[in-house]
Amino acid sequence: MKSMRRLLREPRILFGLCFLLLLCLVAIFAPQLVPYDPLEIYPSETLEPPSVHHLFGTDNLGRDVFSRVLYGTRYSLALGLLAIAISGGFGIIIGLIAGYAGGKVDALIMRAVDVGLAFPSVLLALLVISIIGPGLPSIVIAIGVSSTPPFIRIVRGSVLVIKEMTFVEAARAIGVGRTRMILRHILPEVFAPALTMATLGLANAIFAASSLSFLGFGARPPTPEWGVLVSSARHQLRAAWWISTFSGLAIMLSVLSINILGDGLRDFLDPRLRGKI
Amino acid sequence: MITYTVRRLLMLLVTLLIASFIIFGAMQLVPGDPILAMFFPRIPSEEVYASLERELGLDKPFLLQYVDYMSRLILHGDLGDSFKRMRPVGEVILQNLGATGALALGGILVSVAVGIPLGVLSAITKRKWVDSVVMVVALIGVSTPSFWLGILLILIFSLVLGWLPTSGIGGIERLILPSLTLGLYGAGYLARFARSSVLEVKYQDFVTTARSKGLSEIRVNMFHILRNALIPIVTMSGLLAGYMLGGAVIVETVFGRPGLGHVLVSAISQKDFPLVQGVLIFIVVVFSLVNLIVDLSYAYIDPRVKY
Repeated sequence: MKSMRRLLREPRILFGLCFLLLLCLVAIFAPQLVPYDPLEIYPSETLEPPSVHHLFGTDNLGRDVFSRVLYGTRYSLALGLLAIAISGGFGIIIGLIAGYAGGKVDALIMRAVDVGLAFPSVLLALLVISIIGPGLPSIVIAIGVSSTPPFIRIVRGSVLVIKEMTFVEAARAIGVGRTRMILRHILPEVFAPALTMATLGLANAIFAASSLSFLGFGARPPTPEWGVLVSSARHQLRAAWWISTFSGLAIMLSVLSINILGDGLRDFLDPRLRGKI
Repeated sequence: MITYTVRRLLMLLVTLLIASFIIFGAMQLVPGDPILAMFFPRIPSEEVYASLERELGLDKPFLLQYVDYMSRLILHGDLGDSFKRMRPVGEVILQNLGATGALALGGILVSVAVGIPLGVLSAITKRKWVDSVVMVVALIGVSTPSFWLGILLILIFSLVLGWLPTSGIGGIERLILPSLTLGLYGAGYLARFARSSVLEVKYQDFVTTARSKGLSEIRVNMFHILRNALIPIVTMSGLLAGYMLGGAVIVETVFGRPGLGHVLVSAISQKDFPLVQGVLIFIVVVFSLVNLIVDLSYAYIDPRVKY
């Protein structure tokens, strides 16, 4: 409890957590919050600039951009969290195995990680998409897979350090078994770098999901996903600057605040990771 | 050093072989028939289908196809033919390489020219607010999606001010906005990295020694702190070159620029698998080679590094 209070006294962590909480609330209560139906077309109100009635203006079909941006929170947050669940889950399990087992198992896993890191991450995601086809589930898998290798590397690195610590040696000396050692002694120690990695990874996943949707491989119009909103309005820039501008701003602010939270967590939990994550 | 280089080269070869195998295998996993895709929306006659299948080697088992592909690639630099463009994949890559290369270079230039000075300034300044402002700007840099930044730049500099063209290639003025778009993320990243590198050196004993010898603050900063801090910064700038290849995919789409990224995106949409495969293999090889060269050059720049 005491450390929780200390954690919240760090301004970046407090700010980031509040913003993330706000995003979650907006995502959950989007139907109650929106002034208009995000999919409903109003032919008489097309391309209206921002006003009191339409805070972010309307698009070429008269849909309220503010409502669409609010709904977009659901997609981006869900896509990001699911992708991070994949890369975090696999990253922690495989990283623990590699770091703890050492030897041939470790060498084999790290070879695979090297192959994964040989692809710029956008391209690894695109490779996955070309196999399983475009769509929302595809980009979750694509981003999850492409962000797993760095996760494995960080977790493995931490395990290698922890493994040599005195308390592990002590635990081994009193006869703690392998499973218990990994779950009760090593896993909790990996928690800090994994949490930092997952937070910064969430920001990257939201970033990547909107980029892939922008390229046309994720959500499709009329889905109010942020990347789609920016993309579908980019040919009407001259007539309606507000659509792309506000949708993109939503992506940037979300990524920015989660990055601030991640930075804060990293410096609070383990400053040695600065420059590595 | 030589043993280390050789070992790294061998490891790279293994990595690239596995990567090429994965890319090649992935293309086989794609649902749909490549010959039907080639003719889509028409349907080839049975004779045409059979002869094409033989000609392309698609009737052979998968492993044999891979060995064929790799031996043609290694012996002749042949990456096969694009289905949709009816031209050799290698030719398509070469034709688009210049545009992407220019863009990547522009992006690195922006990243280095903006990011390193800002990061160094932020670390050596005694004014807390300068540091804070620079770090917030850098964080905004790494948090701004490039497709959106590109659109904003087009909106401001092309549509409102009318200073620069919106798309296409040719001429330095068509490279400015795309380079800025691609380079801003790198600039933010480098600024953050440069700051922490300088801070790491700033409090080391030899800096205190230099100061206590009575050297001027400028001399200490320039010759003692910066010279040492620059080594990892230069390395990181090199590693950014790889990022530029990935970022080009998005920037080329936003600005409607021809280039490898554009080719890749349209090849995936058109299900032109030989082209997807060729471009991916090419980029992975370049990316890995750049990373290796950067890694090895580390030893030359920093005499303390021993392999």
